[in-house]
Amino acid sequence: MFLINCPFCGERDQSEFSSGGEAHIVRPKQPTELSDDEWAEYLFMRKNIKGIQFERWNHVHGCRKWFNVVRDTSNDKILSVYKMGEKPPVNYK
Amino acid sequence: MANYRIHKTEYIDETKRVSFKYDGKTYFGYEGDTLASALLANGIHLVGRSFKYHRPRGIVSCGAEEPNAICQIGSKKDLTEPNVRATELELYEGLEASSQNCWPNVKFDIGGINNLISPLIPAGFYYKTFMWPKSFWKKVYEPLIRLSAGLGKSPTEPDPDIYDHKYVHYDVLVIGGGVSGIIAAKMAAKNNFKTLLVDDKKILGGSTIYQNNESIKIDDKLSSEWLKNEIQEIKKLSNLTIKTRTSIAAYHGYNFLLAKENLTDHLPEEKKKNKIRQRLWKIRAKKVVIATGSIERPLVFNNNDRPGILLSNSINKYLDYYGVTCGENIILFTNNDSAYETSISLHKKGIKNIIVDLRKSASSELIKQAESLGIKIYFNHVVTNTFGYRKINSLEIMKLSEDGNTTIGDKIKLSCDCLGMSGGWTPMVHMHTQSGGKLDFRDEDQVFLPKENSEDQISIGSCNGDFDLENIIDKTVNKINKFLYIDNQDYQDTNIICSKENDKRNIWLLPNKIPLGKTKCFVDFQNDSTAKDIKLALKEGFRSIEHVKRYTTTGMATDQGKLSNMHALGIIADTAGVKMGTLGTTTFRPPFTPLTFGTLVGRNVGKFFEVVRKTSMHEWHVKNNAEFENVGQWKRPWYYPKNRENMHDAVQRESKAARDSAGILDASTLGKIDIQGSDASEFLNRVYTNAWSKLAIGKCRYGLMLNEDGMVYDDGVTTRISENHYLMTTTTGGAANVLSKLEDYLQTEWPELDVYLTSVTDHYSTASICGPNSKKILNKLFPNLDLSDENFPHMSFKEDKLENINCRIMRISFTGEQSYEINIEAKYGHSLWKMCIEAGKEFNLTPYGTETMHLLRAEKGFIIVGQDTDGTMTPSDLQMDWIVSKKKFDFIGKRSLYRSDTVREDRKQLVGLLTDDPKEILEEGAQIVLDVKSKPIDMLGHVTSSYFSPNLNKSIALAVVRSGKTMKGQKLIIPMENKNINVTVSDTIFLDKENKRLNA
Repeated sequence: MFLINCPFCGERDQSEFSSGGEAHIVRPKQPTELSDDEWAEYLFMRKNIKGIQFERWNHVHGCRKWFNVVRDTSNDKILSVYKMGEKPPVNYK
Repeated sequence: MANYRIHKTEYIDETKRVSFKYDGKTYFGYEGDTLASALLANGIHLVGRSFKYHRPRGIVSCGAEEPNAICQIGSKKDLTEPNVRATELELYEGLEASSQNCWPNVKFDIGGINNLISPLIPAGFYYKTFMWPKSFWKKVYEPLIRLSAGLGKSPTEPDPDIYDHKYVHYDVLVIGGGVSGIIAAKMAAKNNFKTLLVDDKKILGGSTIYQNNESIKIDDKLSSEWLKNEIQEIKKLSNLTIKTRTSIAAYHGYNFLLAKENLTDHLPEEKKKNKIRQRLWKIRAKKVVIATGSIERPLVFNNNDRPGILLSNSINKYLDYYGVTCGENIILFTNNDSAYETSISLHKKGIKNIIVDLRKSASSELIKQAESLGIKIYFNHVVTNTFGYRKINSLEIMKLSEDGNTTIGDKIKLSCDCLGMSGGWTPMVHMHTQSGGKLDFRDEDQVFLPKENSEDQISIGSCNGDFDLENIIDKTVNKINKFLYIDNQDYQDTNIICSKENDKRNIWLLPNKIPLGKTKCFVDFQNDSTAKDIKLALKEGFRSIEHVKRYTTTGMATDQGKLSNMHALGIIADTAGVKMGTLGTTTFRPPFTPLTFGTLVGRNVGKFFEVVRKTSMHEWHVKNNAEFENVGQWKRPWYYPKNRENMHDAVQRESKAARDSAGILDASTLGKIDIQGSDASEFLNRVYTNAWSKLAIGKCRYGLMLNEDGMVYDDGVTTRISENHYLMTTTTGGAANVLSKLEDYLQTEWPELDVYLTSVTDHYSTASICGPNSKKILNKLFPNLDLSDENFPHMSFKEDKLENINCRIMRISFTGEQSYEINIEAKYGHSLWKMCIEAGKEFNLTPYGTETMHLLRAEKGFIIVGQDTDGTMTPSDLQMDWIVSKKKFDFIGKRSLYRSDTVREDRKQLVGLLTDDPKEILEEGAQIVLDVKSKPIDMLGHVTSSYFSPNLNKSIALAVVRSGKTMKGQKLIIPMENKNINVTVSDTIFLDKENKRLNA
């Protein structure tokens, strides 16, 4: 069970959070101009990589804030935590 | 009866005699005994029958690894417990235990016939035999297998015991209170780490605590004496918490561990009462020290499973700790030094014993000691067979060839009443691997060892492969100093003398002249898998250890292969001709030993099973006989039966009253979200399918919310309270998810919007009054409010006071009747409700529940999200194209509404259904077809809502049907178990299509 360092509340048990999947998928500004395939790419396609992954978490039973997490999915270590709107740390690629 | 308790020890209190029952017979033991030691003291070895062949089996070990001595405790329907290890269960006055898996009794067991026909039951027997004929499976094979399967009996009534959970945080957790664990805990606690030390036994000290061999000494004391001193010292440390009778069940990521503490299992019945039985500790530790020790390996030879055959070290513990000898004429069969400790201990207590050693020779101090005592040693010999049905009475040994692959020379027959075996030691790497750690293989003594790669956990002592005392202490001190970044010098001058050496001659499957097919060399005692089974699996093509395990069931019993997994691996490696280390291991999964469900559930039983939410009016509903329905966590009145009405009659009466005069519904559970901010209108525009910018202040609007995939997610009415202030309502079940979803978009996609969301579901209570007389009732409650249709039309909102308390009143309708929803601060909800009931008396104002609400809305064809939709319905599928704005540039889900799949015309679409027989009520969920004769029958859809409408005096239903939109008037069939029901597709609106009743 993870310990997640919420950028607003500090370290809390994983049971207080819910995962929101891959981060940095930007909702298209003009969805109507996209083809079915392009829209499907946004809507359905996720990387689900083994290794370093950027993902969204919500402190749903806490401050209710969304934030981003860098996690190595191969060993579940959380490497970094940063707020929504902030740029992902450059040292993880 | 013979008494095998031959001397006093400090761990057995001979002044406290304890009586207990085993298989119906009364025996005596002492405080400090386990059930197993007490049985052995009474000369009882035979404790069960094996799972498959029903062979007599005896106690093998003295701990968690025990495969045979598992028993049923107690006989009460609510308290009986199966599969308890007699080796771990502490004896208490009045304990009742019985053997398992035997009928009629353990001494004479009819299933023993399986042993005679065992050549017919090879590995994979069930897979191979019960394949055909197919029709036999359900009626013949399955009932037979079910009859003979399983070990103990589960309790059949709810567990009356109390269980508890506790969360704790520590700097350092030490698992295991043997010599290395005690040193680690002391070093940590003395260096200001908040430390927790857990051990599954009653007292600390592991196997060193009863060590009494003169040739193993620390600082000139017996190692046991030295350790007792250390234990006294650590008990004084204020930084250290010690938990005995506590075993770690699971080691999860981020150093989160679960431990089970036994609090009353060792107490007599009357002392257990009203106490917590077991506590589950949820431990977060910054660092974890694993000192779980090792367990002795058995040896695999012909008939190695007879009662009276135990692990050599267990014989030692029963003798030196419990004062019990396992026999009077004992043979020890070993491939390493540790059996010599047992031998010398036995000798000292006057128990005759001889040693059969696989090694060609050995010369450690310990062996010299044994030789000087005149103990007979057969080097380079192997046990090839044992004899005795209910207990071993003799065995045969033979000389080993140079390479150890065959036996040579003549058989020597030796008589005995007990055999101790020692195949070396297996480090308990369970905790290390559960934490995600990998393993290395050490060839010289054939053990898997923790490969250390983590800063948060470390293995020390014999679970790390350090078996001799000198190594254990030195390495522990060094490793703990490094691990905790400390420099502790406490043990620098400790003088350790250990005369044991580490060499051993490892042979996984011992050679025999008898062909393997005619031997019974057990690898897994509990599941009865033999070396032959494993070889057969390999012959049949299985290669992966995980496959062999499942095919032969080796390691899959309640002991999870603690004694058998290494041998299975070894035999596979030898047979396949590969190196042991390259095979890997099967996965070590939690729990380490079985946990009770009670421990896992803790206090969350009965009314604490789930959170219950009640509205302010709840008490009134209870007093007025309401039946309740669970909607999410809410308790909602379902219907209010009067004079022993059944549900149907109550709902018919309530529905009629609501349309004929007036009805009242507790609508407090609907989700309410307060939306404020200068961009609130724009926000609503983006989350609902219809337009919101032009909604006037004081007006209400129905909205449909989609997922980004275009599917209907939620619906509800939102009211504009002022310029930048809206109140949104959601479905009862969807409230939390809707708020989450809205927050998600607001925080992550549209952070530029000035909008604030607050859940106010619990802050307001809502009474909804509908029906032709609703306006008159409102008038009595709010005499100063102009209720005329001009001033307060449908879909509008007013504020007024009820006895000085502010109320928000919405004129909105989910029934199709003229209808008002009165919202008041929740603490006044109960009073509001009572005032409404009082004011409505003269109009027969009838309280109605969710069932009537569903019926009334179905008459009007209003959908319920989650009942008529299932996450695959678009607005168009629901025939609600009218609510989707064509003008808006974007909203959540808009683009998905014209994906190639969502514009298909043969999607399932919402329709009405009328039964040809108006009295026939359809079953919700029933399948709908066009033609029952075609094979396979083409399923067109299913019924989503179905009721008998008292207002229309006929059955009505909503359904989703493929291409339903184009089917009006089409005859369809609903095939049921014993009849086919004929229906006709209709409009979804059954009553008042012109909406006249809204303003009646």
